[in-house]
Amino acid sequence: MGLQTYITERKKDKDLLVMAHVVCGYPSFEDNMKELEIMAEAGVDLVELQFPFSEPSADGPLFVRANEASLKSGTTIDQCFEFMHQASQRFPFKILMMGYYNTAFKMGEEVFVKRIKEAGGVGYILPDLPVEEFANLHRLSEQEGIEPIVLMTPTSTDGRLAKLGAASRGMVYVVARKGVTGSKTTMGDDVLSLIARCRQHTELPIGVGFGVSCKADMDFLRGTADLAIVGTAALKTWESSGAEGLKVFFAELMA
Amino acid sequence: MDIFDFSDGREGYYGEYGGVFLPEILHATIEELLACFRECKTDPKFWQDYVALLQNYSGRPTPITHLENLSRKLGGAQIYVKRDDLNHTGSHKINNVMGQGLLCQKLGKRRVIAETGAGQHGFATATMAAKFGFDCKIYMGAVDVARQRPNVFWMENLGAEVIAVEDGQKTLKDAVNECMRDWVTNMADTHYILGTACGPHPFPEMVSWFQSIIGMEAREQILKQAGRLPDRVYACVGGGSNAMGIFQGFFDDDNVELIGCEAGGYGVGSYMHSARLAYDDASVGVAQGYKTYFLQNDEGNMNETHSVAAGLDYIGINPIFAHLWEQGKVRFEAATDIEVKEALTLTMRTEGLIPALESTHAFVTAIKEAPSMGKDEIILINQSGRGDKDIFTIADALDDSKWKTFIAGKADQYRSEKK
Repeated sequence: MGLQTYITERKKDKDLLVMAHVVCGYPSFEDNMKELEIMAEAGVDLVELQFPFSEPSADGPLFVRANEASLKSGTTIDQCFEFMHQASQRFPFKILMMGYYNTAFKMGEEVFVKRIKEAGGVGYILPDLPVEEFANLHRLSEQEGIEPIVLMTPTSTDGRLAKLGAASRGMVYVVARKGVTGSKTTMGDDVLSLIARCRQHTELPIGVGFGVSCKADMDFLRGTADLAIVGTAALKTWESSGAEGLKVFFAELMA
Repeated sequence: MDIFDFSDGREGYYGEYGGVFLPEILHATIEELLACFRECKTDPKFWQDYVALLQNYSGRPTPITHLENLSRKLGGAQIYVKRDDLNHTGSHKINNVMGQGLLCQKLGKRRVIAETGAGQHGFATATMAAKFGFDCKIYMGAVDVARQRPNVFWMENLGAEVIAVEDGQKTLKDAVNECMRDWVTNMADTHYILGTACGPHPFPEMVSWFQSIIGMEAREQILKQAGRLPDRVYACVGGGSNAMGIFQGFFDDDNVELIGCEAGGYGVGSYMHSARLAYDDASVGVAQGYKTYFLQNDEGNMNETHSVAAGLDYIGINPIFAHLWEQGKVRFEAATDIEVKEALTLTMRTEGLIPALESTHAFVTAIKEAPSMGKDEIILINQSGRGDKDIFTIADALDDSKWKTFIAGKADQYRSEKK
């Protein structure tokens, strides 16, 4: 089942899906597994597994430190794929690889899509791979049945959105504001008009991320977006109050 | 040879290298920058204004000096030096910064950000921002802030805010990442003054264009002074902006050999160096917005780099050089930390010149090769920066005991003043 169909199916029972995020190997793979258990229990629909990279220039401070600490503790790509494999076997949610293009480039684009497929992932998000550069990887992905997630942003012109929309598969990731991951986004008319603008250029489900952190944000997005993408807020919660805190966080978020 | 003619290939690519690998959010900003740059590059008036600004503000044209003593001592080629160390703020960095300052005015932006390693580019940017009235924030790795206090002192006194970056290795590449993060947030009013010919298109082309003034002057000067073109031109290569600058003057001269000198750090096999092309440790990758040779591991994560010269201590080489190296147009060699210290001492004693540690890498290679060349052959070295302002670093590099005693005394004095 493709990602679009999966999202459509899940949306029959609820009006706003949730995509969560973990940084592989941070604080540890054991902790990652506990996080995923909590996410699964809360009913999270999609999870991005971030493969750590030494130059995570699109990430905010919390994820930057997480990437760094994970690499320092010796996290390898093999471990990340192995973890993806375990998680995809065990949990009902779908899994995306998230990371930076060099990870794919170094192993070879063909190997990259094959390994995601073998590990049970359904797609990937590479924020530093622009539309001008992704033709080959997208072609390989299509052959393998893996979906590349395209990002649309507030600075994208209509012409650009049309180009991005044409290349999108599975779902579209709408970046709610300028900046890096993790800072607060004021959910308001700007976000609504951005989503509306993106809708004109894609019929795929739309996930909104960057700064989505609480139930109020969820309420705001309900009825306008298809998925809320929650990253930093969950990791922050895990760091400050551990597994119990994370349970409460997702329970409240998805209430 | 016009390496910037993209009509036959992909815009922003030099062979397989270069490109733009940035988050979608920056696409519009890069397009805006590219359009503005194209306008400037095709407008002869812009270049005239740029040259006039550097003449009146930075002391261009910088001269060429014949190193008669050193040439005699080595017994081979005649050595000439292009003196970009004589620029205001002490290095070639000011060329690019002034050019981007003019461009920033055209863009209508009032705030500039920049990364810096040794602090030279940050210093130059803070200087330009003061002159042009821009708000200025400089990102610098915390390790570099600790070892380059004099440059931080000047940046702050020139009115810039200096941010010590605590991520990663806390050096130049981490400062670049932090600039990217600032830029994706504040692009509406902010221009990123990238300091070298690296990063996403159009930065490699733009920085090379501004630095080409070095090579244009040098070619004319050496013809006048030595009566003919040099046989070899040497320049140090970190990101590669000063080398691109001087080499461009000789791209069409097939008999002029161009030699890029990278930082060999602790030497071959040490894995503590910044030699991307001269040693075999680098491989092709994509990071910091562009594709080139990076010092990275098999999984694409960047390795630690090292050089006695902070300005050369960087993971990637500019994409233009990656291409020209493969084409055999530029040869790459490396100089180790130890060789650099020896060459610096030799240059100071025989010629009274104090090249920056970065530039001294070019001297090392030239000094090695000069003796085996004929007395009528000519070498041109780009002295891209001066070393006297880096007295703390050089005193450390030379392990000068009298300097250490002085600093200890100064520290005692400050401590007692505190009490």
